[in-house]
Amino acid sequence: MNSTQKLHDSDTGMSLTVKTVARWLKGPILLFGIYMVLYGHITPGGGFGGGVVIALSFILITLVSGERAGLHLFSKAASSRLDSVGLLIFLALGWLGTWWASGYFFSNFITTPEGAQFSLLSGGIMPLANIALGLKVASALFLVFTVLTAFRIMEQEASDLADSEDQYRGDEP
Amino acid sequence: MIYSLCLLLILIGLYGVVVSRQTLKIVVSLLIMNHGVHLLLLLIGYRQGGSPPIVDPGSVISEFASGAVDPLPQALVLTSIVIGLGVLALMVALCVRLYERYGTFDVTEIRRLRG
Amino acid sequence: MMNIDVQTLIPMFVALPLGMSLLIQLVARRRQVLAEVLAIIAMLALMLMSCYAIGNNGIYHLGGWPTPVGIDMRLDDLAILLLLVVNVVGLAVALYSVDYMRRFTARSHFYGLFLLMVTGMNGVVLAGDLFNLYVFLEVAAIASYSLVAFGCAHEELEASFKYIVLGSLSSALILTGVALVYGITGTLNLAHIASRIAQTGMDAPLLLAFGLFICGFSFKSALVPFHAWLPDAHPSAPAPVSAMLSGVLIKAIGIYVLARLAFNVFGVTENELSMLRWLGLLSMVVGGFLAAGQKDIKRLFAYSSISQVGFMVLGLGLGSPLGLVGALYHLVNHALFKSLLFLNAGAVEYATGTRNLNKLGGLNRSLPVTGATSLIGSMSIAGIPPFSGFWSKLIIVLACIEGGFYGFGVAAVLVSIVTLAYQLKVQRMAFFASLPEALHGLRREPPMMALAMILLALGCIALSFVVITGLRDPWLISAAQQVLTMGVFK
Repeated sequence: MNSTQKLHDSDTGMSLTVKTVARWLKGPILLFGIYMVLYGHITPGGGFGGGVVIALSFILITLVSGERAGLHLFSKAASSRLDSVGLLIFLALGWLGTWWASGYFFSNFITTPEGAQFSLLSGGIMPLANIALGLKVASALFLVFTVLTAFRIMEQEASDLADSEDQYRGDEP
Repeated sequence: MIYSLCLLLILIGLYGVVVSRQTLKIVVSLLIMNHGVHLLLLLIGYRQGGSPPIVDPGSVISEFASGAVDPLPQALVLTSIVIGLGVLALMVALCVRLYERYGTFDVTEIRRLRG
Repeated sequence: MMNIDVQTLIPMFVALPLGMSLLIQLVARRRQVLAEVLAIIAMLALMLMSCYAIGNNGIYHLGGWPTPVGIDMRLDDLAILLLLVVNVVGLAVALYSVDYMRRFTARSHFYGLFLLMVTGMNGVVLAGDLFNLYVFLEVAAIASYSLVAFGCAHEELEASFKYIVLGSLSSALILTGVALVYGITGTLNLAHIASRIAQTGMDAPLLLAFGLFICGFSFKSALVPFHAWLPDAHPSAPAPVSAMLSGVLIKAIGIYVLARLAFNVFGVTENELSMLRWLGLLSMVVGGFLAAGQKDIKRLFAYSSISQVGFMVLGLGLGSPLGLVGALYHLVNHALFKSLLFLNAGAVEYATGTRNLNKLGGLNRSLPVTGATSLIGSMSIAGIPPFSGFWSKLIIVLACIEGGFYGFGVAAVLVSIVTLAYQLKVQRMAFFASLPEALHGLRREPPMMALAMILLALGCIALSFVVITGLRDPWLISAAQQVLTMGVFK
């Protein structure tokens, strides 16, 4: 299949052993990150920590197999859209709180599934807020990592751009 | 006593920012300074012999509240670490772009703006 | 529509620009005209909300949680004054940048970052507890670091690097102060901190925290020993960004927080007031004299900002009601005329391609709108009656004399004369001299830029009338009273 071919491409990245182990591990790491996000209102973790671990599963593939393999799993366009969508969901959750009973921004308006303490379905809007945050942090961190490692310093293009900028500025130091 | 060790870490970071000649070393020194401040914030919430602020099923709330460390500074530090991550990403991107433009990481050579 | 309770509008000041910024980055990546439209709609809505909120105070409990447990957002008269300043100047700058930013390719990112900066500033002004203040401060600061480096030219990157290093340093100092205050008082809510400090008094750790806050926020408002980033960052940024930075950012996250913390939360005594006075004097004098020798228009205006911020801090440090009215009036005036002057400098650079005063001249004929509005702005900042700058500087000088600080008053008058001198220099060399050969045949300013500059100039003229008794009460006097209720932050 095409995706496993890209992952096994022996020109870029590390040795075959490392690539195989990474390919096995990316699933459990992603699942652990999702667990941390979903259970964020019961155990430590929550949106921030869980989001970082989700991003790490993709960053692992980028580190091990090169940036094209990582982008194949989670493209730049998708991660930048998920970035904005995650925080928009968080803001929408806050704004919906103004319509319900106590009428305040971010009020905890989901009270119908009266969950017992320590169970998954408790805490009102907190699990949903955690999911939105996890989405945002994961895509933002992956995007930052990919963009920073994908910088190619193109000498000729940089010096051309520098010359034209100086002509535009028009004054000498 | 331990708060002064945190202050020492902050001052080491400050010394690094002032003395470093390379942009990336300035970035790392700022990170050390941030770590020192976060450590100070966490230690302010500490209680001698306290338990982690996680409620187990079957614990009494009143003795939990009097025995656990303060969870508020931990939430503050978590937020501050994420803010620091954003600033770090921006600083590293700036360092890379500066290298593209000026051809060096040396701060004493990046001096077009004077006066 | 007219009976929307002001209470429900309070979180919208922060949620609206944040949501619009995200929407712009999501939707308007290719269709950049959509980004401009959304940004202008957001700023217009914010300005209308600020005008609607005049005269109404309120406290908003986020999530319905009561005060010791939950997060508050407070709207009082000082906050309303600053919200008006931020959103009106933001609207003018958003209109201006429609035409100015046309030659940049990533315009949707610009509007996203711009709205994020407005979110941060609104959040700082409305924050009711120390940690939200810090978080929104960082949001505004990160957006401004990115905006200064927006064009990715040599000077912009270098200036942004200096700015980001000094900005992170000051944020670390501020966070240390927050940690110390939390350790001593046990709460982060500004009202509760104020009442605890009023009970126990300021002992050594609180003095250390106060000193750390002064250092941190003096970096943000560019007072003199801490001003080193401003003369590089403000000129190198694109012109609308310079106008926002110099006009509102150094005030909303610098002077406003200093006034809040010093007066309302910590409760100042004579020692701290005298420190503020000396900081103000130093900034006035150093900024004024360094401005006089500059050849680059925007660098001259940047040093002039340092000098005028010194006036404001001198007014704050006087501690008397008259001094506070003068400081706040000068804050509002300076926001309007400094952003107008930076937008003018941007228009000059857009048309001629240079910012060097030695190469400019006679622009009154080629760029009439720019020339006229910059004349109004220059006369205001130099303190020529009957423009608004004259009244605010007069009030500050009278407050100095009333308080018995004759030396400070004389220094203020001298710095005003120096301000007049360098503004006249700019006007003469750039606008009134004869047109050099290289600058014949310039295009006029594009319509949106002209519209924004005319709006700000009309605002400057309108502010000259605020001194009249009936108009100044709901705005300035009540804001100054809010600042003066020391240690009691209800």
